[in-house]
Amino acid sequence: MTSRLSRRQRRRISQGIQYALFVAALVLVGVLADWDRLQNQFAQKDLAAELFPDIITTALRNTVVYTLSGFVFGLVLGLLIALMRLSSVAPYRWVASVYIEFFRGLPALLIFIFVGVAVPLAFPGTEIPGGTYGKVALGLGLVAAAYMAETIRAGIQAVPKGQMEAARSLGFSHARAMVSVIIPQAFRIVIPPLTNELVLLFKDSSLVLFLGVTLEERELTKFGRDLASQTANSTPILVAGLCYLIVTVPLSFVVRRLEARADKAK
Amino acid sequence: MPQPEIEIRGLHKSFGDNHVLRGIDLEVARGDVVCVIGPSGSGKSTLLRCVNLLEEPSEGQVFVGGTEVTDIEVDIDAVRRRIGMVFQQFNLFPHVTVTENLTLPQRRVLGRGKSEAAKVARENLERVGLADKADAYPAQLSGGQQQRVAIARALSMGPEVMLFDEPTSALDPELVGDVLAVMRVLASEGMTMMVVTHEMSFAREVADRVVFMDGGVIVEEGPAAQVVGDPRHPRTRHFLDRILDPSAAEAPGPEAGGPAAG
Repeated sequence: MTSRLSRRQRRRISQGIQYALFVAALVLVGVLADWDRLQNQFAQKDLAAELFPDIITTALRNTVVYTLSGFVFGLVLGLLIALMRLSSVAPYRWVASVYIEFFRGLPALLIFIFVGVAVPLAFPGTEIPGGTYGKVALGLGLVAAAYMAETIRAGIQAVPKGQMEAARSLGFSHARAMVSVIIPQAFRIVIPPLTNELVLLFKDSSLVLFLGVTLEERELTKFGRDLASQTANSTPILVAGLCYLIVTVPLSFVVRRLEARADKAK
Repeated sequence: MPQPEIEIRGLHKSFGDNHVLRGIDLEVARGDVVCVIGPSGSGKSTLLRCVNLLEEPSEGQVFVGGTEVTDIEVDIDAVRRRIGMVFQQFNLFPHVTVTENLTLPQRRVLGRGKSEAAKVARENLERVGLADKADAYPAQLSGGQQQRVAIARALSMGPEVMLFDEPTSALDPELVGDVLAVMRVLASEGMTMMVVTHEMSFAREVADRVVFMDGGVIVEEGPAAQVVGDPRHPRTRHFLDRILDPSAAEAPGPEAGGPAAG
């Protein structure tokens, strides 16, 4: 039996119901939440004002430094692992595969605890250069390298085979062709996903919390949490969260722009 | 008799079970232009790619300028510097300008200085008539222009031999002529050239010798006028009939192969 409504009419009704449910859910949350208490706990203007300028000059600055040092270390290590993964030498490929699976399969938090505890145990008397900054670069970089290695490998493989052939036929060695011809093109391809990785790292830098840091080394999350317990109010958490968004939202926007441009270039 | 510039002896190449080259013997004298023709899948591109070892021969020897390319001790990068290669898909480096396409290999491979590399690049761009495109990126050029830049790039390395792998097959018909004109000038200047092509008029006019390949062997070779104009072997004749007048080909039956190669 066929319905008397046309297909388009049925679709319109179904969409109308979905939309009504969506609005109802929003209104329900808005009405039921106790806004006064929320504001009291999270949005005290005078408390928020007291956070400045430290939250920017110390906390946000440290978050940025941790992120960038982890990113740079991860990028170098990731490139190395990507090249090992593509090597004609089988043991290199195995090591690279194991590394990637290992570090992608573990929570970043565990890696951080491991770096904080195991490295001093394994190499007694030696300090990771750079103190906390070195530890964070190591912890963030080890994890990021695993993800970036896969991204970079895909980028290298996306460079047409003819590019390597042309370079080799001009007399480039394999290594030179990689450095001068293939990798520069691969990086153009992987800039959007690598920027995405930067956003993820920016948030993961909050794991520094578990390394034990001095007052000057605190980043946004630790800073926010410490001040929240000092003031017995969660406003610092909210402000810290806004500080993350100030950086991550524009970065995400840049990623989308880059991706759109890459799509157009195809 | 002087030593040939390219000498191929008993060359075999297999990809797994696919026996693509089944015993090729060929010599190219210095300054000669040899065109290799044949249906697709006949192994002519593979033969060319074995000359500079882009493909590793399964068996046999290849000599270029007296050096055995197939010797496992040979410095293949050094040998390849003396062999220019032009590809069907141009393979220009898209991330750098036309000039940098020409200077990058000179500087990285030959160790030439910046100004010398730039000078050689300019000369070779003038040679292919594209001096005005020096600062363009490859993507801004037509296919024919890209292929001429690719030729100039190979020439900038000062090769003794040039290999062309279907250099005009990826081009729109109206752009083929410019590329062939550059190749004609190169031939008249005495460059040793091995050209895999479907351009029969180019083969007839420019080649000293034409080699017809089918099924991984050389079926017929000889002076261009004879192989193209008056082929002896029926397979050569059949191939040429199809390529010179594709519309006359019969619908593929149980005996015939695929569509006319093109």
